[in-house]
Amino acid sequence: MGTVIVDGHEVEIRDGERLNGIEAAARAGIDIPHYCWHPGLSVVASCRMCLVETGRRDPATGEITMLDKLVPACQTPATDGTVFVTDSDKVVQARAMVEEDLLLRHPVDCPICDKAGECRLQDYFYQHGHTERRADIRPFTSRRRSLGDTVTLFVDRCVMCTRCVRFCREIAQSHELMVINRGAREEIDVFPGFPLGNPLAGNVVDLCPVGALGDRDFLYRQRVWFMQPHEHVCAGCATGCSIFIEEHQDRIHRVRPRENPHVNQWWMCDEGRHGWKHVCDARRLVEPRVRRGGVLVPVNWEAAIGDLDRALRASAQLAVVLSPQLTVEEAYLLVKYAQSVQPAATLLLGPVPMRGTDQTFAGGFTIRAEKCPNRQGVQHVLDGLADRQITWDQLLTQQARSRPYDAIWIAGGYPTDWNDADTAGRLRGTPLLVVQDLFPSPLADQAHWQLPATAFAERSGSFVNRGDRLQTFQWAVRPPRGALSEGQLYWRLLGRRGLYDARQVLAEVAEEIVCFCAALDPVPATGVNLKVQQLA
Amino acid sequence: MKADDPRVKWLDVPPMGLAEKLYLPLVTHGLTTTLRHLAAALAGKTVTVSYPEEEPQIDNPLIYRGVHRLNRDAEGRVKCVACFLCATACPAHCIDIVAAESPWPDREKYPASFVVDELRCIYCGMCEQACPVDAIELTSLYNLTGCSREEMVYDKEKLLSVYDATIDREPMRSADAGETA
Repeated sequence: MGTVIVDGHEVEIRDGERLNGIEAAARAGIDIPHYCWHPGLSVVASCRMCLVETGRRDPATGEITMLDKLVPACQTPATDGTVFVTDSDKVVQARAMVEEDLLLRHPVDCPICDKAGECRLQDYFYQHGHTERRADIRPFTSRRRSLGDTVTLFVDRCVMCTRCVRFCREIAQSHELMVINRGAREEIDVFPGFPLGNPLAGNVVDLCPVGALGDRDFLYRQRVWFMQPHEHVCAGCATGCSIFIEEHQDRIHRVRPRENPHVNQWWMCDEGRHGWKHVCDARRLVEPRVRRGGVLVPVNWEAAIGDLDRALRASAQLAVVLSPQLTVEEAYLLVKYAQSVQPAATLLLGPVPMRGTDQTFAGGFTIRAEKCPNRQGVQHVLDGLADRQITWDQLLTQQARSRPYDAIWIAGGYPTDWNDADTAGRLRGTPLLVVQDLFPSPLADQAHWQLPATAFAERSGSFVNRGDRLQTFQWAVRPPRGALSEGQLYWRLLGRRGLYDARQVLAEVAEEIVCFCAALDPVPATGVNLKVQQLA
Repeated sequence: MKADDPRVKWLDVPPMGLAEKLYLPLVTHGLTTTLRHLAAALAGKTVTVSYPEEEPQIDNPLIYRGVHRLNRDAEGRVKCVACFLCATACPAHCIDIVAAESPWPDREKYPASFVVDELRCIYCGMCEQACPVDAIELTSLYNLTGCSREEMVYDKEKLLSVYDATIDREPMRSADAGETA
């Protein structure tokens, strides 16, 4: 144990903990302004914004001796007896000078800068800035150039913190970015002929403390203060990155990573970052349809739920396909419903989309080849509740050969094409085929009941990632008018009263299936590890 | 600015003098105004206008808060830079902007669509104050009528046409502001 003194507050640090001045001050609730330091990157101490007074307390006498000069807090280890002073006149004046220097050559085009509202330069200006500019430079338009397919650099807005350069070198390890020129003419640039194109490139936009790097997907679309961030989980692959979905009036504008040391640290991949477009795709299925006289006709939900239930109960052999896109709660409710219709119903996991191989970056961040969020969770539910399971391929072969099932419910919800005419052909002739999916497909087109599915951003529930970490989330945007989320539909099919409540269902799951017992307590924002609980 | 900011100057209400405490002098003072208007009316100098046969005279069109207009810059392009500050300031949420990258090399961002719902607007003039480039202004056009709600939702072209119609009578508040940001 050790004690660090920050502005008179004593901060306890544990043995073996390696903190710097900024982290130690954060424990005392003191925010030391900084640009270049980031917990996930190496320390360069180049922005000079975190300069503080430091000193040492003599353990024997308790006497404090201070250093004369200011030191960067990011580079100063906080050890037992270290003293930091972050609010003295000397420190505040030093910050004001740094801030003034950075703003001397800054375009001050905040009204058209997408970072405005979450910009550190702006925030610190309000705390330390000079009201007038002591330079003969009027506000001007920043020079801009493209660094790659997704990122635009606004050259004059840059404060040369080099976070983006260090990210590309240390985490993505693709080394695209560099600093050209020296002194006051320093600029970020790419090597000629090597644009910024690594799979994590979008993170440099989040890392940028000012508005110098813009994601072209989000550029000019919305001001940050209009958007409401929602804690969510990325459904792009089996890593299940913690994310914020930022929406305004039910339209998603941006997805950015949420810090989670157990899953994605501070990062997310570009595929996940831009992978929400299917949510607002106009081709989506939005209403339940039933086949009458050979054509699919729209029906209303009230009638649909009763008719569908009767049709399923009239069948002799039911098979239910659970997609790995379903949440744990939805999978549980669907299994419960299937077993209430037919206690011996066959349950199986739907096709698991795979693409490429797992790609791991420095620091452990991994992009999985398994392009679905919840295979693990659905598998746990099936293992816990179903006596007999078959595979998707077995279902297709059996059904094509001898047609043992007279009713098949396929819960899809895949954002990409997942079935073709061959799949549809093998299931042709099934007397009752219920397909629940996001987009029209050969399979959905030959269904007797075509039900709309909802996208990940529109659902509440929990996903279990490849590392057996369960994370819960609440819906961020409303589904399109007419679509009923999977959870609500299964809830109503089961004849339950009231509204679908994912938390209540998760509590039931945790009670009933032993490997979910860790989810009995409220799940923290960073999730719970199911594996640890299984071992214990 | 916070309440404890050193730049905030706090003033006390001055104590009341004898005349104010007596109350009657102030009543007389107020009534004098009433009586002056009464006398003027009796003398035939009415201030009432028989609208719509007669158009009221607006004393200072530059401070009147009527229909909005979107100003043009020296080259006739829309002056707005799509910063959304008017939409942010608007207490009635009547401004809807869709921003896009501008087609001009000297400008970065421009409004692809700029819509003001004149029925929702409360004509407070906050958009005018918030605008960093003096692009949105309230004109002295007060007789705003329409046959449908849709007609009262003014888009960019309509707002620019209000500019064309009023610029001769009402100059821009500041012509030089807003070259870039």
